[in-house]
Amino acid sequence: MSKGKTDEVTGTDTTGHSWDGIEELNTPLPRWWLWTLYLCIIWAILYSIAYPAWPMVSGATKGLLGWSTRANVAADITAHEGKNADLVTALLATDMDVLPASADLNRYAVARGGAVFRANCSQCHGSGAAGAKGYPNLLDDDWLWGGDMAEIEYTVRHGIRNEQDDDARYSQMPAFGEMLEKDEITAVVEHVVSLSNAEFDAKLAETGATVFADNCSACHGETGLGDRAQGAPNLADAIWLYGGDRKTLTDTVKNARFGVMPAWGPRLTEADVRAVSAYVHSLGGGE
Amino acid sequence: MAFIDKHAILEKSPTLLLVASLLVVTVGGIVEIAPLFWLENTIEEVEGVRPYSPLELTGRDIYVREGCYVCHSQMIRPMRDEVERYGHYSLAAESMYDHPFQWGSKRTGPDVARVGGRYSDAWHVDHLSDPQSVVPESIMPKYAFLKDTPIEPTHIEALLKTHRFVGVPYSDEQIEEARADFRAQADPDSDYDGMLERYPGAAVANFDSQPELTEMDALIAYLQVLGTMVDFSTFTPDASR
Repeated sequence: MSKGKTDEVTGTDTTGHSWDGIEELNTPLPRWWLWTLYLCIIWAILYSIAYPAWPMVSGATKGLLGWSTRANVAADITAHEGKNADLVTALLATDMDVLPASADLNRYAVARGGAVFRANCSQCHGSGAAGAKGYPNLLDDDWLWGGDMAEIEYTVRHGIRNEQDDDARYSQMPAFGEMLEKDEITAVVEHVVSLSNAEFDAKLAETGATVFADNCSACHGETGLGDRAQGAPNLADAIWLYGGDRKTLTDTVKNARFGVMPAWGPRLTEADVRAVSAYVHSLGGGE
Repeated sequence: MAFIDKHAILEKSPTLLLVASLLVVTVGGIVEIAPLFWLENTIEEVEGVRPYSPLELTGRDIYVREGCYVCHSQMIRPMRDEVERYGHYSLAAESMYDHPFQWGSKRTGPDVARVGGRYSDAWHVDHLSDPQSVVPESIMPKYAFLKDTPIEPTHIEALLKTHRFVGVPYSDEQIEEARADFRAQADPDSDYDGMLERYPGAAVANFDSQPELTEMDALIAYLQVLGTMVDFSTFTPDASR
Protein backbone atom coordinates (compact mmCIF):
# COMPACT_ATOMS: atom_id res chain seq x y z
CA MET A 1 0.00 0.00 0.00
CA SER A 2 1.64 3.20 -1.13
CA LYS A 3 1.16 6.48 0.60
CA GLY A 4 -1.52 8.68 -0.92
CA LYS A 5 -0.48 11.61 -3.02
CA THR A 6 -2.31 14.76 -4.04
CA ASP A 7 -4.50 14.57 -7.11
CA GLU A 8 -3.63 17.33 -9.49
CA VAL A 9 -7.09 18.03 -10.92
CA THR A 10 -9.08 18.26 -7.65
CA GLY A 11 -6.30 19.10 -5.24
CA THR A 12 -7.56 16.32 -2.92
CA ASP A 13 -5.40 13.59 -1.38
CA THR A 14 -5.82 10.06 -2.70
CA THR A 15 -6.19 7.00 -0.47
CA GLY A 16 -3.24 5.35 -2.09
CA HIS A 17 -5.41 2.57 -3.55
CA SER A 18 -4.74 2.03 -7.20
CA TRP A 19 -6.46 -0.35 -9.60
CA ASP A 20 -5.15 -0.45 -13.13
CA GLY A 21 -3.97 3.11 -12.68
CA ILE A 22 -7.31 4.31 -11.38
CA GLU A 23 -6.85 5.95 -8.02
CA GLU A 24 -9.37 6.66 -5.24
CA LEU A 25 -9.84 10.19 -3.94
CA ASN A 26 -9.91 10.53 -0.16
CA THR A 27 -12.61 13.21 -0.22
CA PRO A 28 -13.43 14.31 3.31
CA LEU A 29 -17.05 14.18 4.53
CA PRO A 30 -19.07 17.33 3.92
CA ARG A 31 -18.75 19.54 6.98
CA TRP A 32 -22.52 19.86 7.50
CA TRP A 33 -22.75 16.07 7.62
CA LEU A 34 -19.89 15.70 10.06
CA TRP A 35 -21.22 18.40 12.36
CA THR A 36 -24.69 16.83 12.31
CA LEU A 37 -23.10 13.59 13.46
CA TYR A 38 -21.29 15.34 16.30
CA LEU A 39 -24.49 17.15 17.29
CA CYS A 40 -26.36 13.85 17.38
CA ILE A 41 -23.76 12.40 19.71
CA ILE A 42 -24.03 15.43 22.00
CA TRP A 43 -27.84 15.20 21.82
CA ALA A 44 -27.71 11.53 22.81
CA ILE A 45 -25.61 12.32 25.86
CA LEU A 46 -27.91 15.16 26.96
CA TYR A 47 -31.00 13.04 26.27
CA SER A 48 -29.76 10.19 28.41
CA ILE A 49 -29.17 12.64 31.23
CA ALA A 50 -32.58 14.30 30.92
CA TYR A 51 -34.70 11.15 30.44
CA PRO A 52 -34.70 7.67 32.01
CA ALA A 53 -31.95 5.78 30.24
CA TRP A 54 -29.07 3.88 31.77
CA PRO A 55 -29.66 0.58 33.55
CA MET A 56 -28.11 0.53 37.01
CA VAL A 57 -28.11 -2.04 39.78
CA SER A 58 -31.67 -1.68 41.04
CA GLY A 59 -33.29 0.37 38.29
CA ALA A 60 -32.62 2.66 35.39
CA THR A 61 -31.50 6.25 35.88
CA LYS A 62 -34.57 8.44 36.40
CA GLY A 63 -33.45 11.37 34.28
CA LEU A 64 -33.35 14.99 35.40
CA LEU A 65 -36.80 15.82 33.97
CA GLY A 66 -38.48 13.06 35.98
CA TRP A 67 -40.44 11.87 32.95
CA SER A 68 -42.75 8.86 33.50
CA THR A 69 -45.31 7.34 31.15
CA ARG A 70 -47.52 6.24 34.00
CA ALA A 71 -47.42 9.60 35.74
CA ASN A 72 -48.17 11.30 32.43
CA VAL A 73 -51.27 9.26 31.68
CA ALA A 74 -52.52 9.66 35.25
CA ALA A 75 -52.00 13.42 35.01
CA ASP A 76 -53.69 13.54 31.61
CA ILE A 77 -56.74 11.69 32.93
CA THR A 78 -56.91 13.87 36.04
CA ALA A 79 -56.65 17.03 33.97
CA HIS A 80 -59.43 15.86 31.68
CA GLU A 81 -61.65 14.91 34.60
CA GLY A 82 -60.99 18.29 36.13
CA LYS A 83 -62.51 20.02 33.12
CA ASN A 84 -65.81 18.23 33.62
CA ALA A 85 -65.64 18.03 37.39
CA ASP A 86 -68.64 20.29 38.01
CA LEU A 87 -70.84 18.38 35.59
CA VAL A 88 -69.75 15.01 36.96
CA THR A 89 -70.39 16.12 40.54
CA ALA A 90 -73.84 17.31 39.52
CA LEU A 91 -74.51 14.07 37.62
CA LEU A 92 -73.55 11.99 40.65
CA ALA A 93 -75.72 14.11 42.93
CA THR A 94 -78.80 14.20 40.74
CA ASP A 95 -81.54 11.64 41.18
CA MET A 96 -81.67 9.70 37.92
CA ASP A 97 -85.45 10.00 37.68
CA VAL A 98 -85.32 13.78 37.46
CA LEU A 99 -82.20 13.95 35.28
CA PRO A 100 -84.09 14.54 32.00
CA ALA A 101 -85.71 17.58 33.63
CA SER A 102 -82.40 19.44 33.99
CA ALA A 103 -81.67 20.14 30.36
CA ASP A 104 -77.99 21.14 30.50
CA LEU A 105 -76.93 18.28 32.73
CA ASN A 106 -78.96 15.80 30.70
CA ARG A 107 -77.31 17.01 27.50
CA TYR A 108 -73.90 16.33 29.02
CA ALA A 109 -74.98 12.93 30.36
CA VAL A 110 -76.45 11.86 27.02
CA ALA A 111 -73.34 12.97 25.09
CA ARG A 112 -71.03 11.24 27.53
CA GLY A 113 -73.28 8.18 27.58
CA GLY A 114 -73.22 8.04 23.79
CA ALA A 115 -69.43 7.76 23.85
CA VAL A 116 -69.59 5.07 26.52
CA PHE A 117 -72.24 3.23 24.50
CA ARG A 118 -70.21 3.24 21.28
CA ALA A 119 -67.11 1.94 23.07
CA ASN A 120 -68.78 -0.72 25.19
CA CYS A 121 -72.33 -1.54 24.17
CA SER A 122 -72.43 -1.18 20.39
CA GLN A 123 -70.80 -4.56 19.80
CA CYS A 124 -74.05 -6.27 20.85
CA HIS A 125 -76.72 -3.59 20.60
CA GLY A 126 -75.36 -2.08 17.39
CA SER A 127 -73.66 1.27 16.91
CA GLY A 128 -77.09 2.83 16.34
CA ALA A 129 -78.62 0.84 19.24
CA ALA A 130 -80.98 -1.01 16.91
CA GLY A 131 -79.82 -4.37 18.25
CA ALA A 132 -79.31 -7.64 16.42
CA LYS A 133 -80.78 -11.11 16.61
CA GLY A 134 -80.64 -12.00 20.28
CA TYR A 135 -79.57 -8.50 21.34
CA PRO A 136 -82.47 -6.15 22.05
CA ASN A 137 -83.23 -3.05 20.05
CA LEU A 138 -82.97 -0.09 22.44
CA LEU A 139 -84.65 2.41 20.14
CA ASP A 140 -88.20 1.12 20.59
CA ASP A 141 -90.43 1.15 23.64
CA ASP A 142 -90.56 -2.62 23.95
CA TRP A 143 -88.65 -3.38 27.15
CA LEU A 144 -87.90 -6.81 28.57
CA TRP A 145 -87.05 -5.67 32.10
CA GLY A 146 -88.42 -2.15 32.23
CA GLY A 147 -87.67 1.08 30.47
CA ASP A 148 -87.74 3.80 33.07
CA MET A 149 -84.51 5.43 34.16
CA ALA A 150 -84.08 3.37 37.33
CA GLU A 151 -84.71 0.04 35.56
CA ILE A 152 -82.29 0.88 32.75
CA GLU A 153 -79.65 1.92 35.25
CA TYR A 154 -80.14 -1.32 37.19
CA THR A 155 -79.77 -3.38 34.03
CA VAL A 156 -76.60 -1.52 33.01
CA ARG A 157 -75.08 -1.81 36.47
CA HIS A 158 -75.88 -5.45 37.23
CA GLY A 159 -76.46 -6.97 33.82
CA ILE A 160 -78.62 -9.95 32.98
CA ARG A 161 -78.05 -13.64 33.79
CA ASN A 162 -74.31 -13.17 34.21
CA GLU A 163 -72.17 -14.84 36.85
CA GLN A 164 -70.15 -11.77 37.76
CA ASP A 165 -72.85 -10.00 39.72
CA ASP A 166 -75.06 -11.60 42.37
CA ASP A 167 -77.68 -8.91 41.81
CA ALA A 168 -77.88 -9.50 38.07
CA ARG A 169 -81.38 -9.80 36.66
CA TYR A 170 -82.20 -13.46 36.41
CA SER A 171 -84.87 -15.68 34.95
CA GLN A 172 -84.67 -18.89 33.03
CA MET A 173 -87.16 -20.23 30.56
CA PRO A 174 -87.36 -24.02 30.71
CA ALA A 175 -86.46 -25.95 27.59
CA PHE A 176 -89.87 -27.37 26.70
CA GLY A 177 -88.42 -29.83 24.19
CA GLU A 178 -88.25 -32.44 26.95
CA MET A 179 -91.48 -31.45 28.68
CA LEU A 180 -94.01 -31.17 25.87
CA GLU A 181 -94.96 -33.52 23.08
CA LYS A 182 -94.04 -32.58 19.55
CA ASP A 183 -97.64 -31.79 18.54
CA GLU A 184 -98.12 -29.72 21.69
CA ILE A 185 -95.14 -27.61 20.70
CA THR A 186 -96.48 -27.17 17.17
CA ALA A 187 -99.80 -26.07 18.65
CA VAL A 188 -98.39 -23.64 21.18
CA VAL A 189 -96.19 -22.10 18.49
CA GLU A 190 -99.31 -21.61 16.38
CA HIS A 191 -101.01 -19.95 19.35
CA VAL A 192 -98.04 -17.59 19.83
CA VAL A 193 -98.14 -16.76 16.13
CA SER A 194 -101.85 -16.04 16.42
CA LEU A 195 -101.21 -13.38 19.08
CA SER A 196 -99.60 -10.99 16.63
CA ASN A 197 -100.14 -12.42 13.16
CA ALA A 198 -103.41 -12.41 11.23
CA GLU A 199 -102.54 -15.60 9.35
CA PHE A 200 -102.75 -18.70 11.46
CA ASP A 201 -104.41 -22.07 11.73
CA ALA A 202 -107.35 -21.32 14.06
CA LYS A 203 -107.98 -24.89 15.14
CA LEU A 204 -104.34 -25.59 15.92
CA ALA A 205 -104.03 -22.28 17.73
CA GLU A 206 -106.99 -23.14 19.90
CA THR A 207 -105.33 -26.38 21.02
CA GLY A 208 -102.17 -24.31 21.55
CA ALA A 209 -104.04 -21.88 23.78
CA THR A 210 -104.60 -24.67 26.30
CA VAL A 211 -100.94 -25.66 26.20
CA PHE A 212 -100.02 -21.99 26.60
CA ALA A 213 -102.32 -21.54 29.59
CA ASP A 214 -100.84 -24.61 31.28
CA ASN A 215 -97.18 -23.97 30.57
CA CYS A 216 -96.43 -20.43 29.48
CA SER A 217 -98.94 -18.07 31.05
CA ALA A 218 -97.24 -18.08 34.47
CA CYS A 219 -94.47 -15.95 33.03
CA HIS A 220 -95.76 -14.56 29.75
CA GLY A 221 -99.21 -13.76 31.14
CA GLU A 222 -102.55 -15.24 30.16
CA THR A 223 -102.78 -12.96 27.15
CA GLY A 224 -99.08 -13.27 26.31
CA LEU A 225 -98.31 -9.67 27.20
CA GLY A 226 -95.23 -10.71 29.17
CA ASP A 227 -94.00 -9.85 32.62
CA ARG A 228 -91.20 -7.39 33.13
CA ALA A 229 -90.54 -8.57 36.67
CA GLN A 230 -89.27 -11.83 35.14
CA GLY A 231 -87.97 -10.43 31.90
CA ALA A 232 -90.61 -12.47 30.10
CA PRO A 233 -91.13 -10.92 26.67
CA ASN A 234 -94.43 -9.64 25.38
CA LEU A 235 -95.43 -12.20 22.74
CA ALA A 236 -98.31 -10.22 21.30
CA ASP A 237 -96.51 -7.18 19.93
CA ALA A 238 -94.86 -8.63 16.80
CA ILE A 239 -91.44 -7.53 18.08
CA TRP A 240 -89.13 -10.51 18.20
CA LEU A 241 -85.72 -10.84 19.79
CA TYR A 242 -84.81 -14.10 18.05
CA GLY A 243 -87.43 -14.21 15.30
CA GLY A 244 -91.18 -14.71 15.05
CA ASP A 245 -91.40 -17.30 12.29
CA ARG A 246 -92.64 -20.77 13.19
CA LYS A 247 -89.25 -22.41 12.80
CA THR A 248 -87.49 -19.99 15.17
CA LEU A 249 -90.37 -20.07 17.64
CA THR A 250 -90.26 -23.88 17.68
CA ASP A 251 -86.55 -23.68 18.39
CA THR A 252 -87.16 -21.16 21.18
CA VAL A 253 -89.88 -23.27 22.82
CA LYS A 254 -87.83 -26.47 22.55
CA ASN A 255 -84.43 -25.20 23.67
CA ALA A 256 -85.32 -21.92 25.43
CA ARG A 257 -83.16 -18.81 25.28
CA PHE A 258 -80.73 -17.52 27.84
CA GLY A 259 -79.48 -14.11 26.81
CA VAL A 260 -76.63 -12.84 28.95
CA MET A 261 -75.58 -9.25 29.50
CA PRO A 262 -72.41 -8.52 31.47
CA ALA A 263 -72.53 -6.33 34.59
CA TRP A 264 -71.08 -2.94 33.74
CA GLY A 265 -71.01 -1.58 37.29
CA PRO A 266 -67.56 -3.02 37.99
CA ARG A 267 -66.15 -1.97 34.60
CA LEU A 268 -67.44 1.55 34.17
CA THR A 269 -67.16 4.49 36.53
CA GLU A 270 -70.28 5.55 38.44
CA ALA A 271 -70.60 8.60 36.20
CA ASP A 272 -70.34 6.43 33.08
CA VAL A 273 -73.04 4.04 34.33
CA ARG A 274 -75.37 6.98 34.91
CA ALA A 275 -74.45 8.64 31.62
CA VAL A 276 -74.99 5.54 29.49
CA SER A 277 -78.32 4.90 31.24
CA ALA A 278 -79.37 8.45 30.41
CA TYR A 279 -78.26 7.89 26.82
CA VAL A 280 -80.27 4.67 26.43
CA HIS A 281 -83.25 6.35 28.09
CA SER A 282 -82.99 9.23 25.60
CA LEU A 283 -83.05 7.00 22.53
CA GLY A 284 -86.78 7.13 22.15
CA GLY A 285 -88.26 4.38 24.28
CA GLY A 286 -87.46 5.77 27.71
CA GLU A 287 -90.42 5.73 30.05
CA MET B 1 -1.32 10.86 12.07
CA ALA B 2 -3.78 12.67 14.31
CA PHE B 3 -6.04 10.60 16.59
CA ILE B 4 -9.08 11.48 14.52
CA ASP B 5 -7.49 9.80 11.50
CA LYS B 6 -6.85 6.49 13.31
CA HIS B 7 -10.07 5.03 11.88
CA ALA B 8 -8.02 4.30 8.77
CA ILE B 9 -6.41 1.42 10.64
CA LEU B 10 -9.83 -0.24 11.14
CA GLU B 11 -11.04 0.50 7.69
CA LYS B 12 -8.04 -0.99 6.01
CA SER B 13 -8.18 -4.34 7.81
CA PRO B 14 -11.38 -6.35 7.23
CA THR B 15 -10.69 -8.72 10.12
CA LEU B 16 -10.09 -5.91 12.55
CA LEU B 17 -13.20 -4.12 11.31
CA LEU B 18 -15.28 -7.27 11.84
CA VAL B 19 -13.97 -7.80 15.36
CA ALA B 20 -14.51 -4.14 16.26
CA SER B 21 -18.06 -4.12 14.83
CA LEU B 22 -18.89 -7.24 16.81
CA LEU B 23 -17.57 -5.55 19.92
CA VAL B 24 -19.74 -2.47 19.39
CA VAL B 25 -22.88 -4.54 18.73
CA THR B 26 -22.15 -6.72 21.77
CA VAL B 27 -21.84 -3.73 24.06
CA GLY B 28 -25.08 -2.28 22.68
CA GLY B 29 -26.83 -5.62 23.15
CA ILE B 30 -25.57 -6.09 26.68
CA VAL B 31 -26.59 -2.59 27.73
CA GLU B 32 -30.06 -2.90 26.19
CA ILE B 33 -31.00 -6.51 26.80
CA ALA B 34 -29.07 -7.90 29.75
CA PRO B 35 -30.54 -5.55 32.40
CA LEU B 36 -34.04 -6.83 31.55
CA PHE B 37 -33.12 -10.09 33.22
CA TRP B 38 -32.09 -8.64 36.55
CA LEU B 39 -33.61 -5.18 36.88
CA GLU B 40 -36.48 -5.38 39.36
CA ASN B 41 -38.48 -2.67 37.65
CA THR B 42 -38.89 -4.62 34.42
CA ILE B 43 -40.57 -7.50 36.21
CA GLU B 44 -43.23 -5.85 38.32
CA GLU B 45 -44.82 -8.12 40.91
CA VAL B 46 -48.55 -8.11 40.31
CA GLU B 47 -51.02 -10.16 42.30
CA GLY B 48 -53.46 -12.39 40.46
CA VAL B 49 -51.54 -13.29 37.32
CA ARG B 50 -51.57 -17.06 36.91
CA PRO B 51 -50.60 -19.49 34.16
CA TYR B 52 -53.34 -20.26 31.64
CA SER B 53 -55.59 -23.25 32.28
CA PRO B 54 -55.22 -26.14 29.83
CA LEU B 55 -58.36 -25.12 27.90
CA GLU B 56 -57.32 -21.46 27.80
CA LEU B 57 -53.83 -22.40 26.66
CA THR B 58 -55.30 -24.51 23.87
CA GLY B 59 -57.54 -21.59 22.92
CA ARG B 60 -54.49 -19.38 22.87
CA ASP B 61 -52.84 -21.75 20.40
CA ILE B 62 -55.93 -21.45 18.19
CA TYR B 63 -55.75 -17.66 18.51
CA VAL B 64 -52.15 -17.75 17.31
CA ARG B 65 -52.84 -20.37 14.62
CA GLU B 66 -55.67 -18.32 13.12
CA GLY B 67 -53.47 -15.24 13.12
CA CYS B 68 -55.80 -13.16 15.30
CA TYR B 69 -52.73 -11.14 16.33
CA VAL B 70 -52.42 -9.87 12.77
CA CYS B 71 -55.39 -7.57 13.36
CA HIS B 72 -55.76 -7.51 17.16
CA SER B 73 -53.12 -6.33 19.60
CA GLN B 74 -53.12 -7.21 23.28
CA MET B 75 -51.43 -4.12 24.59
CA ILE B 76 -53.31 -1.13 25.93
CA ARG B 77 -50.86 1.73 25.85
CA PRO B 78 -50.61 4.23 28.71
CA MET B 79 -52.53 7.02 26.98
CA ARG B 80 -55.83 8.56 28.02
CA ASP B 81 -57.76 7.65 24.86
CA GLU B 82 -56.69 4.00 25.06
CA VAL B 83 -57.40 3.73 28.77
CA GLU B 84 -60.87 5.21 28.29
CA ARG B 85 -61.72 2.88 25.46
CA TYR B 86 -60.16 -0.39 26.57
CA GLY B 87 -59.57 -0.10 30.32
CA HIS B 88 -56.45 0.06 32.48
CA TYR B 89 -53.23 0.08 30.45
CA SER B 90 -51.57 -3.30 30.14
CA LEU B 91 -48.90 -4.34 32.61
CA ALA B 92 -45.85 -6.34 31.61
CA ALA B 93 -46.76 -8.90 34.26
CA GLU B 94 -50.05 -9.65 32.52
CA SER B 95 -48.06 -11.12 29.63
CA MET B 96 -45.48 -12.87 31.78
CA TYR B 97 -46.82 -16.33 30.92
CA ASP B 98 -47.36 -15.58 27.24
CA HIS B 99 -45.04 -17.46 24.92
CA PRO B 100 -44.95 -15.67 22.57
CA PHE B 101 -46.51 -12.44 23.81
CA GLN B 102 -49.35 -10.90 21.79
CA TRP B 103 -48.40 -7.24 22.01
CA GLY B 104 -48.43 -5.12 18.92
CA SER B 105 -49.50 -1.87 17.45
CA LYS B 106 -51.26 -3.14 14.32
CA ARG B 107 -54.94 -2.68 14.99
CA THR B 108 -57.19 -3.48 12.10
CA GLY B 109 -59.57 -4.68 14.81
CA PRO B 110 -59.76 -3.38 18.37
CA ASP B 111 -57.32 -4.27 21.10
CA VAL B 112 -58.42 -7.41 22.96
CA ALA B 113 -56.17 -7.21 26.02
CA ARG B 114 -59.22 -6.70 28.28
CA VAL B 115 -61.95 -8.38 26.29
CA GLY B 116 -62.50 -10.99 29.04
CA GLY B 117 -65.97 -10.76 30.60
CA ARG B 118 -66.89 -7.86 28.39
CA TYR B 119 -69.30 -9.84 26.25
CA SER B 120 -71.33 -12.98 26.84
CA ASP B 121 -70.18 -16.38 25.61
CA ALA B 122 -73.14 -16.42 23.22
CA TRP B 123 -71.97 -13.13 21.74
CA HIS B 124 -68.54 -14.60 21.10
CA VAL B 125 -70.12 -17.59 19.34
CA ASP B 126 -72.29 -15.29 17.21
CA HIS B 127 -69.44 -12.93 16.53
CA LEU B 128 -66.82 -15.53 15.69
CA SER B 129 -69.25 -17.48 13.51
CA ASP B 130 -70.44 -14.43 11.61
CA PRO B 131 -69.03 -11.12 12.82
CA GLN B 132 -71.34 -9.09 10.58
CA SER B 133 -74.43 -10.57 12.27
CA VAL B 134 -73.71 -8.49 15.36
CA VAL B 135 -71.37 -5.79 14.04
CA PRO B 136 -72.57 -5.04 10.49
CA GLU B 137 -69.66 -2.69 9.76
CA SER B 138 -67.04 -5.29 10.73
CA ILE B 139 -64.53 -6.58 8.17
CA MET B 140 -63.51 -9.57 10.27
CA PRO B 141 -63.56 -12.95 8.48
CA LYS B 142 -65.92 -15.70 9.63
CA TYR B 143 -64.60 -18.43 11.91
CA ALA B 144 -67.74 -20.58 12.01
CA PHE B 145 -65.68 -23.74 11.39
CA LEU B 146 -64.30 -23.50 14.93
CA LYS B 147 -67.56 -24.78 16.38
CA ASP B 148 -67.55 -27.71 13.97
CA THR B 149 -63.99 -28.70 14.83
CA PRO B 150 -63.90 -31.01 17.85
CA ILE B 151 -60.80 -31.02 20.02
CA GLU B 152 -59.30 -33.58 22.31
CA PRO B 153 -56.65 -32.89 24.95
CA THR B 154 -54.32 -35.34 23.20
CA HIS B 155 -51.09 -33.43 23.75
CA ILE B 156 -52.15 -31.28 26.67
CA GLU B 157 -49.56 -32.59 29.16
CA ALA B 158 -46.82 -32.06 26.59
CA LEU B 159 -48.09 -28.55 25.92
CA LEU B 160 -47.99 -27.65 29.61
CA LYS B 161 -44.57 -29.25 29.99
CA THR B 162 -43.26 -27.23 27.06
CA HIS B 163 -44.50 -24.06 28.66
CA ARG B 164 -42.91 -25.12 31.93
CA PHE B 165 -39.66 -25.65 30.05
CA VAL B 166 -39.67 -21.99 28.96
CA GLY B 167 -40.42 -20.74 32.44
CA VAL B 168 -44.15 -20.95 33.15
CA PRO B 169 -44.49 -22.34 36.69
CA TYR B 170 -46.90 -25.22 36.05
CA SER B 171 -46.85 -27.58 39.03
CA ASP B 172 -46.66 -31.36 38.72
CA GLU B 173 -50.25 -31.47 39.93
CA GLN B 174 -51.38 -29.10 37.18
CA ILE B 175 -49.71 -31.27 34.56
CA GLU B 176 -51.14 -34.46 36.06
CA GLU B 177 -54.66 -33.04 36.11
CA ALA B 178 -54.37 -31.24 32.76
CA ARG B 179 -56.60 -33.63 30.90
CA ALA B 180 -59.35 -33.54 33.53
CA ASP B 181 -59.10 -29.75 33.91
CA PHE B 182 -59.33 -29.32 30.15
CA ARG B 183 -62.71 -31.06 30.10
CA ALA B 184 -63.98 -29.70 33.42
CA GLN B 185 -63.71 -26.07 32.38
CA ALA B 186 -66.09 -26.55 29.47
CA ASP B 187 -68.60 -28.57 31.46
CA PRO B 188 -70.57 -26.73 34.17
CA ASP B 189 -71.99 -30.06 35.34
CA SER B 190 -68.59 -31.50 36.10
CA ASP B 191 -66.67 -31.41 39.35
CA TYR B 192 -64.60 -28.36 38.55
CA ASP B 193 -63.62 -27.25 42.07
CA GLY B 194 -60.12 -28.64 41.71
CA MET B 195 -59.70 -26.87 38.38
CA LEU B 196 -60.80 -23.56 39.90
CA GLU B 197 -58.38 -24.06 42.79
CA ARG B 198 -55.53 -24.57 40.35
CA TYR B 199 -56.65 -21.76 38.04
CA PRO B 200 -58.49 -19.16 40.16
CA GLY B 201 -60.96 -17.00 38.29
CA ALA B 202 -61.22 -19.28 35.26
CA ALA B 203 -64.62 -19.12 33.56
CA VAL B 204 -66.47 -22.44 33.67
CA ALA B 205 -69.14 -22.77 31.03
CA ASN B 206 -70.25 -24.70 28.02
CA PHE B 207 -68.95 -21.81 25.98
CA ASP B 208 -70.41 -22.74 22.60
CA SER B 209 -73.61 -24.38 23.96
CA GLN B 210 -72.87 -27.59 22.06
CA PRO B 211 -72.55 -30.96 23.75
CA GLU B 212 -69.13 -31.74 22.25
CA LEU B 213 -65.89 -29.90 23.01
CA THR B 214 -64.83 -27.79 20.07
CA GLU B 215 -62.15 -25.29 19.20
CA MET B 216 -64.82 -22.62 19.75
CA ASP B 217 -64.99 -23.62 23.44
CA ALA B 218 -61.24 -23.31 23.84
CA LEU B 219 -60.94 -19.99 22.04
CA ILE B 220 -63.78 -18.39 24.02
CA ALA B 221 -62.35 -19.72 27.29
CA TYR B 222 -59.13 -17.93 26.36
CA LEU B 223 -60.85 -14.71 25.28
CA GLN B 224 -62.91 -14.61 28.47
CA VAL B 225 -59.82 -14.65 30.69
CA LEU B 226 -57.95 -11.91 28.84
CA GLY B 227 -57.19 -8.97 31.10
CA THR B 228 -59.27 -10.29 34.01
CA MET B 229 -56.51 -11.72 36.20
CA VAL B 230 -55.42 -8.47 37.89
CA ASP B 231 -57.92 -6.80 40.20
CA PHE B 232 -57.47 -3.14 39.35
CA SER B 233 -59.65 -2.02 42.23
CA THR B 234 -56.80 -3.01 44.55
CA PHE B 235 -53.83 -2.49 42.26
CA THR B 236 -51.91 0.76 42.63
CA PRO B 237 -49.53 1.43 39.79
CA ASP B 238 -46.05 2.51 40.82
CA ALA B 239 -45.57 5.73 38.88
CA SER B 240 -41.80 5.29 38.65
CA ARG B 241 -42.01 2.21 36.46
